[in-house]
Formats: sequence, C-alpha cells, structure tokens
Amino acid sequence: MTATTASNGAAIRAIDVCRHYQMGDSLIRAVDGISLDVREGEFLALLGSSGSGKSTLMNLIAGLDRPTSGAIVARGRDLAQISAEELARYRRDTVGMVFQSFNLVPRMTLAENVELPLRFAEVDRAERRQRVAEALERVGLKARMAHRPSELSGGEQQRGALARALVNRPSVLVADEPTGNLDSRTGEEILNFIREFNTSLKMTVVMVTHERALAERYAHRIVFLSDGKLAGSAGVSPASSHRQQDAGATGEAP
Amino acid sequence: MKRADLLELAARNLRESLLRNSLTTLGVAVGVASLVAMLSLGVGLQTLADERLNRSGIFDTVLVYSRRDIPSFDRSERRALGRTDDARRLDLAARREMEALPNVKEVHPEVRFAIEARFNDAGHFTTVAGLPLSGRENEAFDTLQGTYFTGEDADEAILLAEFASELLRAQEEAAADAAVLDAAKSGEVQKDAPQATDRNIAPAIPGVAPPKPPLKIPTRPPSVVSLLGKTITLRYAERVPLSSAGVPPANSSSGDRRSAGVPPANSSNSAATTTTPENRQQDAGATSDWGFSVLRRERQMRIIGIVETEPFGGVRSFARGRLFIPIGVAEKLNAMQSSSLRDPLRITAEKPGETIYASLLVRVSNPVQVEPVQAAIKKMGFTTWSILDAARNMRIVFAIFDTFLGVFGSLALAVASLGIVNTLVMAILERRREIGIMKALGASDRDIKQIFFAEAGAMGLAGGAFGVLLGWAIGRVIDFGTNIWLARQELPEQHLWLVPWWLVAAALAFSVLVSLAAGLYPAARAAKLDPVQALRYE
Repeated sequence: MTATTASNGAAIRAIDVCRHYQMGDSLIRAVDGISLDVREGEFLALLGSSGSGKSTLMNLIAGLDRPTSGAIVARGRDLAQISAEELARYRRDTVGMVFQSFNLVPRMTLAENVELPLRFAEVDRAERRQRVAEALERVGLKARMAHRPSELSGGEQQRGALARALVNRPSVLVADEPTGNLDSRTGEEILNFIREFNTSLKMTVVMVTHERALAERYAHRIVFLSDGKLAGSAGVSPASSHRQQDAGATGEAP
Repeated sequence: MKRADLLELAARNLRESLLRNSLTTLGVAVGVASLVAMLSLGVGLQTLADERLNRSGIFDTVLVYSRRDIPSFDRSERRALGRTDDARRLDLAARREMEALPNVKEVHPEVRFAIEARFNDAGHFTTVAGLPLSGRENEAFDTLQGTYFTGEDADEAILLAEFASELLRAQEEAAADAAVLDAAKSGEVQKDAPQATDRNIAPAIPGVAPPKPPLKIPTRPPSVVSLLGKTITLRYAERVPLSSAGVPPANSSSGDRRSAGVPPANSSNSAATTTTPENRQQDAGATSDWGFSVLRRERQMRIIGIVETEPFGGVRSFARGRLFIPIGVAEKLNAMQSSSLRDPLRITAEKPGETIYASLLVRVSNPVQVEPVQAAIKKMGFTTWSILDAARNMRIVFAIFDTFLGVFGSLALAVASLGIVNTLVMAILERRREIGIMKALGASDRDIKQIFFAEAGAMGLAGGAFGVLLGWAIGRVIDFGTNIWLARQELPEQHLWLVPWWLVAAALAFSVLVSLAAGLYPAARAAKLDPVQALRYE
C-alpha cells in the first residue's frame, strides 16, 4: 500500500485529475483538475449538464480511461500508473458498470450476458451457473434468462445489466445515466435496485445523471460538475436514507 | 480467459455471421485445396518417377569393374591410385564376396554377345543378353507376352518385339517364296514352320499363358505371339581356353550340344582362331597358355516370351540386346564377348580357363543402399559405378519442381488469407461496441486478441480440413480423367496424385498458421480498441 492510500474510508480517490483531448487544433479539457473522494459504501451522484465532464470522470473512475495527469487511487493503487492488464483486472474485479443504453450483447441470451464477466474472471462453469442464477434472481429476471435482449423491455434489460454488473461481486458500482432511457417508473425501479445493492451488498455507487430530482432522492451526496471542474457538492438526506452526509468534496468549488 | 471459454466465444462469433465466415472458410479451403493438389501432383510424379526408375533396375544397380580396366570414374581418384596393374581380379571369389555383402540381392555378370539366330533356315544377326530371374520385376516385363524364364538354366528365350517381327517378316517372305516357287525347299519350310501359312491365327500353346491381345503398338503385327513355343537356334562363338597341347578341349561344363543341323565337318573347321601359338614357351606354361580358341556352337532355345522394350542390364553393352536368355545359361555358354579379347592381351586370370568377369552387376535390395554397398565394394578394391549422381540431380529437379508447385499452390492460400483479414476487420467494425462492452466488463487486451485469433485459427482449421478433402477429390478426379486418357492411348493406369499423411498434416498446419498470421493485424486492432470510444453512444 502506498502513502496515497492512507485515505480514511475512501474507496476511490481522485487527486487533481485532468483528462484532456486533442481535437484538431484545440485542446478539450473534459476533466480539468478534479479532486474527489468517493467514500466506502457511499451513493454518490455526479450531476452536470452534457459536456460537463461527468461521463469522462466516470470513465476514469471505472478504469475505462486514464487521466492525462493526476492520480486516481483505488484499492491502494494509482489507476494512472498500472498496466493495461491490471487496469482490466480492476474493471473486472472491483467495478461493475451499467450504462444508459444497457449495453447487453444482443446476440447472447440474458444468462450468457450475465455470465460474460465470470468468463473473463475464469470462474468455474458450475459456479458460474450458480452465480448467474443468483444475480438474475436478485433482479427478478430468473425466468427470462434464456431470452435475448431484444426480447426484453428496457427495464428488464437494465435489470439484466445490473445483474451482470454485480455478478463478479465488485465493491463499486458505476452507473452512467442508468435511467436515461427509461420511463420514470421503471427508472425508479432501477434506482431502487441500485440503492438496495448499496445498502445490503455494501456496494459503493457512483452514478452519473442529469436528473437532479432523482439524484436528490437516492444519493447520499451530489457532486456538481461544470466545464470539467467541480461546481460544488451537496449532502442530501433523502427520506429513504437514514445516513446523514456532509459535503465531502475535497475539491475547490469555483 | 480459459481456453474452453475462448473457443466457445469464438465458435459463437463464427456462427453469428455464418454466411460470411463460411465463404471466408471456403476461400481458405480452395487455397489449401490448390496447395494440396499441386503438392500431391509433385509427390505423385516424383513417386511415379522413383518407382519407374527403381523398377527399371538403374537405381538399384552397382556396376563393378576391375581397377585394371577402369581405375576409377573419378579423375583425381584415378591419379591417387597410381598403377593398377596388380589390382584385384574380378573373379568368382570376388563375386561370392560381393554376394555376401549386406543388402546385396544378387550379383551376376553382364553377358552380351553377338549371335546368329537361326529361324526357319534364315539367319538373323543380333545380340543376346543374359537376364537374371529377378529381371521379372523390371518394368519392361509389365507388358510381357507369354511367360518369363522358368529357371536360370532353362533353354528359353524372350524376344524383343521388334526382333520377333523381324523373324516373322522373314518367315512371311519365305512362305511367299515357297508358295510362288513351289520349290523343294518348301517342304523344309513346312517342317520348321508349320504355322507359316496360317500365321494370323495365334495357336494355342500348351504351358504358355494365353497371350494378351497386343494393344501397345498398333503397328506391330498381332501375330508375333505365334512365335511363342517355337524353337530358335542360337549360333554363337564359344571361347575355349587353350589346353597345354594347344588344342581346344571339349567344353563339357557348358553343357551345350552341337546342333544336329550343323554338318559334322563344321566342327573341325570351327577352330577359327587360335591365338598366337608361336609365342608359347614350353618352360613358362603360365604365360604360354594365355589365349583361347573360338568355336562355333549352336544351341536351341524355346521362345517363351515377347517383350516390348529392353530391360536395363548394364551400361557397357556394345549393342542392344534383342534376344534374352537366362543368365545362368548365358554364363555357361562361355560365349565370346567383346571384352573377351582383353584377356589374352592382359593376362588377367591366375590360370587359363579361370572365370574372370569384365564387369559385374550388383543389385541392391533398395536404392538407398546403393551408396554403402558401393563403398564396400570399393573397399574390396574394385571400381564401381552407379547412377546415384544422376539420381541426385533428379531429386534436385524434383525439389525445385515441388517448390514451384508449392508457391503456386500457396498463392491461392495467400489470397484466402487476405479474405480472413478482411472478414475479421469487418467483424471488428461490426463488433466494435461488443468489444467495448467486453472490455468494460473486465476483458483484457489479451482476451480480445485471443478471441480474434481463435476465430482466425478456427477458420484456418476448418478451411484446411475441407481444403485437404477438396484437394484430394480434385486429385482423384484428375487422376480419373488422366487414366481415361491413358487408357485411350492404351497406356497402363498411373496414379499421378498422391496425398501422403504428412502432406495432410502439413497442409492443415500451414492453413492454421497462415490464418493465424492473417488474424494478427485484426486481433491487434481489436485489442487496441479504446473502450470509451467503442461505447460512446451513436
């Protein structure tokens, strides 16, 4: 464990993280110097308009991308420094992801989709079957495991994606606009599942959204982003959560 | 990722765009098939040539000479040997010694001599060659009409078809003369050749296999088989060593008999040549007796076979053999050969009358044994010659030929490998998002790479397997067609296409390797795909 990991209860710690893209002649500062602690067991919502850098920050936290500068420390290691192989392992073992567009592989059945991360984790076939069933059970889709994504409703697809995200028993769930393609009722259903994972499975949740109302209802803490920078944060105490949160953003609000 | 999962995912991906992948695989199959067809043609032709040449007796024969006659075929070796006047004699003891060498099938002298063949009272000057019983295996006898020699000492003759027709023609002319002239001579003709008038009907000869209808050369009169079973008289010159009295002794060992047809007066006149009796010295018997008499002898042989081409029987022959007799008989005739003249001049034997061979043909059990046998005989102190060097050149020619065929065959496979590249690159574009998902779910670059590799390899393996079958089938079809054509030319069936197991294995391995190489770029490209971009909403 390196010195940077001496973080009291931070699951993921972003330290002065920048992610710049070169687009032709212009430099796009998608994430521009953000420092943020995601605490263990926290339900964090990243809120911002499109282009605010929230998705880029989420990709960095999920290990899909690397920062141009700065460090992202998770499980005692700087994601900016580790090898591609180790980064893949981090995505596999530590992070579960759900997307706005569900991203189920269309030519695989629901069960096969859920099984996919277990294949990469080289879990035995027998155990795989059991864990797939378990995960689908949890989201109430066990009966539909042989169906292809096209045969499922949007809500069912997202529940399938949730099952896939947690089948490897990760400690962090990263959700990118999980309700963006769903009607509000189904969206709430999904968020209830996510909250359930957060409370009963003790999963740290990082959710990107632009719906402030939803964020306020479900998240413990909301971090606002604008132009790649932190634009403030708010601790919320939603009715459904009994935990009181203080503003936890360590970054400077402009 | 575990191998089973990898293969499962790859198989699933291949099944997904079945038509495209099948076509790509078919492309590989066609490539492999062309490679297999080309190489099997090369292998087949080489095997055919090897087989033919091996059976021709050229490649499993070592010719042995005394160093006195031919010091060496190698100029530098000849110089190193120096004087070879005292070199070892090629005598019976040496022959037995060679026969005892490992991998030596048989040793026999090269016997060829001029004769006058008497048939129907007409003389035909020609050359006789002795053949061992093993000569039956020679490809020349594939089309033998009649039978082969029954034994080494049988008074049997096999005629070259060309010589047989010459005899027939003479017989025909004689018959025509007889018919026209109606001379007293005609009775004689009838006696000797009762079939002269109905020669076009092949007689049934007891003890002789029914002759096949002559197919090979349409120009040959079909009646040569009528000669089978008839008797031909060989008039030859016997070498009779001089006795101390200078009178040729009766050669009883040869077992020949004077022909009844030759007047008794002939025998006294037959001492045609007696070498230099005035040179003989009474006190030095060893040198005085070097020489021999040449006596005219006759021997009757039954014609039992007609053969189309002359089998290989050595290279020093001064003329083509057109009449063949068993080697045992040929040796015992002790006939005057072109090499015989050397003996009185060079004094090769220990004592007069001893058998000294001008050359010996050593037949080896397998062409690959030629080299060691040749070395062993060289060690015994003789000069040897085999066609091995020529064969080596032939192998080089075949190696080049095979390489060319392989290159042309590979071209199709190279094109097919581009098909694999194309298919997989298309697959990357199509599965871009999927690759992104897999990466987001924790697939490493290596996993992605391996999936694409497995797909390429599977296409290569399937294409290779199908291609080998296809190539084999093509070979069979062309073989079939060639044989129809050969049959129409009245030539024996040949197998030009040979697909040995190593070619199957090599084709499969090559196909998989080429496919994996083709998968190299797409796999690397897929692995390098940025998951963020791949997952970006479109």
